[in-house]
Amino acid sequence: MAGATRITSVSITRDEVAHLARLSRLALTDDELDHFAGQLDVIVGAVARVQEVAAAGIPPTTHAADLVNVFRDDVIVPPLAADVVLAQAPAAEAGRFRVPRILAED
Amino acid sequence: MAAATELLMLTAAQMAAAVADGQVSAVELTRAHLDRIEATDVKLHAFLHVSAESALAAARVVDDRRAAGEPLGPLAGVPVALKDVFTTADMPTTCGSAILAGWQPPYDATVTRRLREAGVVILGKTNMDEFAMGSSTENSAFGPSRNPWDLSRVPGGSSGGSAAAVAAYQAPLGIGTDTGGSIRQPASVCGLVGVKPTYGGSSRFGLVAFASSLDTPGPLGRTVLDAALLHAAISGHDPYDSTSLDAPVPGVVAAARNADVAGLRVGVVAELSGEGYAPGVLTRFNETVELLESLGAKVTEVSCPHFSYALPVYYLIAPSECSSNLARFDAMRYGLRIGDDGEASAEDVMSMTRAAGFGAEVKRRIMLGTYALSSGYYDAYYGKAQQVRTLIIRDFDAAFEQVDVLVSPTTPTTAFPIGERADDPMAMYLADLCTIPSDLAGNAAMSVPCGLAPEDGLPVGFQIMAPVLADDRLYRVGAAVEAALDTRRGQPFLSQARGLAGVNETAEAQR
Repeated sequence: MAGATRITSVSITRDEVAHLARLSRLALTDDELDHFAGQLDVIVGAVARVQEVAAAGIPPTTHAADLVNVFRDDVIVPPLAADVVLAQAPAAEAGRFRVPRILAED
Repeated sequence: MAAATELLMLTAAQMAAAVADGQVSAVELTRAHLDRIEATDVKLHAFLHVSAESALAAARVVDDRRAAGEPLGPLAGVPVALKDVFTTADMPTTCGSAILAGWQPPYDATVTRRLREAGVVILGKTNMDEFAMGSSTENSAFGPSRNPWDLSRVPGGSSGGSAAAVAAYQAPLGIGTDTGGSIRQPASVCGLVGVKPTYGGSSRFGLVAFASSLDTPGPLGRTVLDAALLHAAISGHDPYDSTSLDAPVPGVVAAARNADVAGLRVGVVAELSGEGYAPGVLTRFNETVELLESLGAKVTEVSCPHFSYALPVYYLIAPSECSSNLARFDAMRYGLRIGDDGEASAEDVMSMTRAAGFGAEVKRRIMLGTYALSSGYYDAYYGKAQQVRTLIIRDFDAAFEQVDVLVSPTTPTTAFPIGERADDPMAMYLADLCTIPSDLAGNAAMSVPCGLAPEDGLPVGFQIMAPVLADDRLYRVGAAVEAALDTRRGQPFLSQARGLAGVNETAEAQR
């Protein structure tokens, strides 16, 4: 891709990738961090090309379909039964999702 | 009726007619395809799940309805290969991810439901790049699918399983989803017709979300008419998807039968050509443009200056949306859970599960999206990408004031070897260079086969792009190209196919 490497000032460090992994709730190994740090650095450098475009005052597009405030009739339909939903849960107890402790020791 | 091989080679339209006329039963037709899957899928790996029992039951219902004299829809009794990203109440849905291995959804997607209502027989669920992120199916947690033309090459992606199945006569029709090119690029490299409908034209309800402002379900077929029939069957307003368009479905089937391009204004996108494109791709593309001119189309070159930024824009917007959408995989309500030993906290379990359950590309995109949305980077990345997305849409708007459709190659190369780009994300991303603009704009686009590249004998796709809700124009142009090339060649495109894409060469390919 022509020009993909033109912006070289943008870079992302291994520490930043480790921080992103924490924010993303991904318990990555050291090897993964090494590997992804190099790749994400290249990708971020490439996508930073958007900054070349003069776009001051251009409205952002958040969505391809130009729809706002979509309504439908408030019709009551039966929801999925609790046992059907819980059948696919990793763990269930007393008709509810069973989850690990919410607070850690520290 | 005819031998199984002849049945398999019929078009979907012919199959439906044969079922309606009673020349073949839907059960026979379904069984022929199930047999073909059994004989070939060890090599191809197009399917993650084959549901013979429910497929035969669905076929039996069509046969019973016919016997009772009930009217049948235009695709009743015809089998389909469904991408494993749509929920199915009677089959697992994994999205090609270990985090959803074995997950049995409690409801049908709207696309699934419409297929069933049309009497279309769902054979099973097809392989894909994990959560539809990729261009080769190599990102599937369950191993890659192979290209029926050459088993050492990728079938494209992310809807590569559906494309491989249709190209190998395991099913006459396939359903894919297109977020950055995931229907059109596999169609191109497998020698098929693949269509990304207008965004909102087909429902996302029950489609496991990757990038919600882009994801679009659409058809894959061996002919333009077959794709049109499937397009019509799955489309239309759905109150369960708030981005679904409340507008009539464009007349795609009539357009596929019309195939007249006389006087149609065709714009060749100047930016989607040149360096990085395989010579054979450009040769076949240019020939097809000349062909359209010979059929009476008015061809001009059109510049869309911001298209060269489409790839960076996409790789900011799609990962941003993905990082948000995939937060739902939290190991609490469904899917995998790792490390729940009574001591670990919910947050630790979540992090361990996501690290074990997601593959490398999904992790990369989640982190990239998290980066682009971070405080301090948001304006420079995500915000800027959204502004440039507007400029790309304006390029389309300006172009469609001058021409009725835009055309380009579908993807810069033919099918590449398995493994070649597997750990080189930027090289992989280039496969979607030409398809991404239409996803960003939410308009309609098709890939139709336009011949084989001289250098490797592999299929080349011709991309047609049309304005929002002008999907019918794709079919008009696609059908004209298909008919003219078939006439010039003296036989249908797929008669040149080799490997498992040539149904008569099955025995040879299996050796």
